[in-house]
Amino acid sequence: MTRSIRALVAVIVMVAASCGPARSADDATTIAPPTTAETTTIAPIGNDGFPVTIDAPHGPVTIEARPERIISLSPTSTEVLFAVGAGDQVVAVDDQSNYPASAPVSDLTGFEPNLEAIAAYEADLVVLMYDPGDVIAGLSAIGIPVIEHPAAATLADAYRQIEEIGVATGHQEEAGELVVAMRDAIEDVVAGADVAGTTYYHEISPELYSLTSVTFAGALYDMFGLENIADAADADGWGYPQLSAEHILAEDPGIIFLADVRCCGQDAAAVSSRPGWDTLQAVQSGAIAELDDDIASRWGPRVVDFVETIAAAVAGSP
Amino acid sequence: MTGGEIRPSRLRWWWLAGALAVLVAAGLASILLGAADLDARSVGAAFLDRLPFVSVDSGLDERQAAILWQLRLPRVVLGGIVGAALAVSGGAYQGSFRNPLADPYLLGVAAGAGLGATVAIGYESALPAMGFELLPLFAFVGGVVGVVATYVLGSSVRAGRTPVTLILAGVAVAAFLTAVQTYLLQRNAETLREVYGWILGRLSTVGWSDVRLSLPYVLISSIVILAGARLLDVLSVGDDEAATLGVRPPRVRLVLVVAATLGTAAAVAVAGLIGFVGIIVPHTIRIVFGPSYRIVLPLSLIFGAAFLIVADLLARTIAAPAEIPIGVVTAFFGAPFFAVVLRSSRGLGS
Repeated sequence: MTRSIRALVAVIVMVAASCGPARSADDATTIAPPTTAETTTIAPIGNDGFPVTIDAPHGPVTIEARPERIISLSPTSTEVLFAVGAGDQVVAVDDQSNYPASAPVSDLTGFEPNLEAIAAYEADLVVLMYDPGDVIAGLSAIGIPVIEHPAAATLADAYRQIEEIGVATGHQEEAGELVVAMRDAIEDVVAGADVAGTTYYHEISPELYSLTSVTFAGALYDMFGLENIADAADADGWGYPQLSAEHILAEDPGIIFLADVRCCGQDAAAVSSRPGWDTLQAVQSGAIAELDDDIASRWGPRVVDFVETIAAAVAGSP
Repeated sequence: MTGGEIRPSRLRWWWLAGALAVLVAAGLASILLGAADLDARSVGAAFLDRLPFVSVDSGLDERQAAILWQLRLPRVVLGGIVGAALAVSGGAYQGSFRNPLADPYLLGVAAGAGLGATVAIGYESALPAMGFELLPLFAFVGGVVGVVATYVLGSSVRAGRTPVTLILAGVAVAAFLTAVQTYLLQRNAETLREVYGWILGRLSTVGWSDVRLSLPYVLISSIVILAGARLLDVLSVGDDEAATLGVRPPRVRLVLVVAATLGTAAAVAVAGLIGFVGIIVPHTIRIVFGPSYRIVLPLSLIFGAAFLIVADLLARTIAAPAEIPIGVVTAFFGAPFFAVVLRSSRGLGS
């Protein structure tokens, strides 16, 4: 029983972690400039820059030639691959990768990657966000290079992943431009927003799981100066507390962001009809932002859209 | 079960009064404490104000009143209903199967209900709209399938039938149903969060609608079970002996198991899977007050309600303003207790 509970909690954690894990409160709140040189070394020998070597946590990964059969097991990485112009080189993406529409969705799963199924695609590069066991070791053993891009904790992490994918796929220049464009766009949006101590509640599930300022999404809200009502409920700094409904009512957040619209059918009307929630100022003034679950839980190019949604909600709140 | 000890087989009125006092104390503590700081005097005044011909200014603002009446009170009431249902059903299962370890978890009821809930959540859009919530119905059907499969499998063993046989059958059935559920979850990953949120117990977001949904079934189930307490005592001497006393064991067993499954499923449907209440509470009462079902069942009902109210109070206050899943709290106390029960199960069961 305790074991199964622990397994369930692990799954919740895993699902929540796909929304960006908490690492450190300090670097989550700063937007560091992209630091390509720090993690990626490029050895420009041969044609179009290949082979390249990428310093990964599991050791240096060498990509001999421009990969033409890429598999992505991470929805975020899929978005990045297509945004940097490597879409033509992608042969398969996992079943959760639903953007862009042209991505070649397959039965592959990022939760329990199947080595044989991946090998059957004759992949020459695999990008994943999570290694449940020996997937990286197994793929490396059969000569397939693997890049592991776990959930970003900060925008700097997200930018670094984009640049690394650029290098690994032969689209270094486009990746660099994408990062600059994202950073400029985000800075513009944030600079134009006016927040005076507004509080917010970000909902991950109808069971009132939320996220705090130490998470990737939380850091984005933090850039606007919004105050998170879940921070008080996260003593151990994990980042994803389940809030007490009493706490939400007592705190009376100025804006409610719903990231459980698609998964769990929540919307402004559903929130308004929850017991007692009609007394909240956000409900009475209509300051409820229905987010796209996917955009709000990924750390790819569409972070800009997320930031714009936050800005719009801030502007619309009284 | 020979019941060799000399113990009263009748419920003493002061036991009942004491149990009710515990329940009232648990309820009061639970109403006064919570993540939101409500002043005890204001809460008392708010209750007085609700009495006819009494008008008191409680000093609670609109939002505090909503916290009290729409969040905290229904949660306390539902905790009581669910705890009572799980504990009295657990007692009924133990008596019907003459097995001290019978429990909704070990009998496959919970796994079946979990599978039913998964189907309801995952395939809601594919199923025809019925104009009511499918989850409780599916959870009930799943629970019935689980317990029937366990009983059929457990009683198909010819030689060496022991209390363990039924539990082994329950483990096998639960493992199978859980495997099916996991497969369905993998196929519908987008429902993963909703299903796991439900499995971990969802007392945290209940309202009066959940009370209205579950109360009728729990009432019917509890009345049937309490009315059958004397028959369970007769069954405990053995089927043949019971038959000579004019009791028809298969029929009694069927009625009580259906009633217990109805109560369990109603509880599970609104509160998710909350383990160990059905085994902790009846066993504690057996140890303290004696094995007669005329004692165990009514006291299980009351102490079960009190136990879950307190467990939920811990779940929502230990880490406040965060919540701890209630299933974690009951298992945290339940697992060690279960070990003790296992150690002494010879004394209880044979």
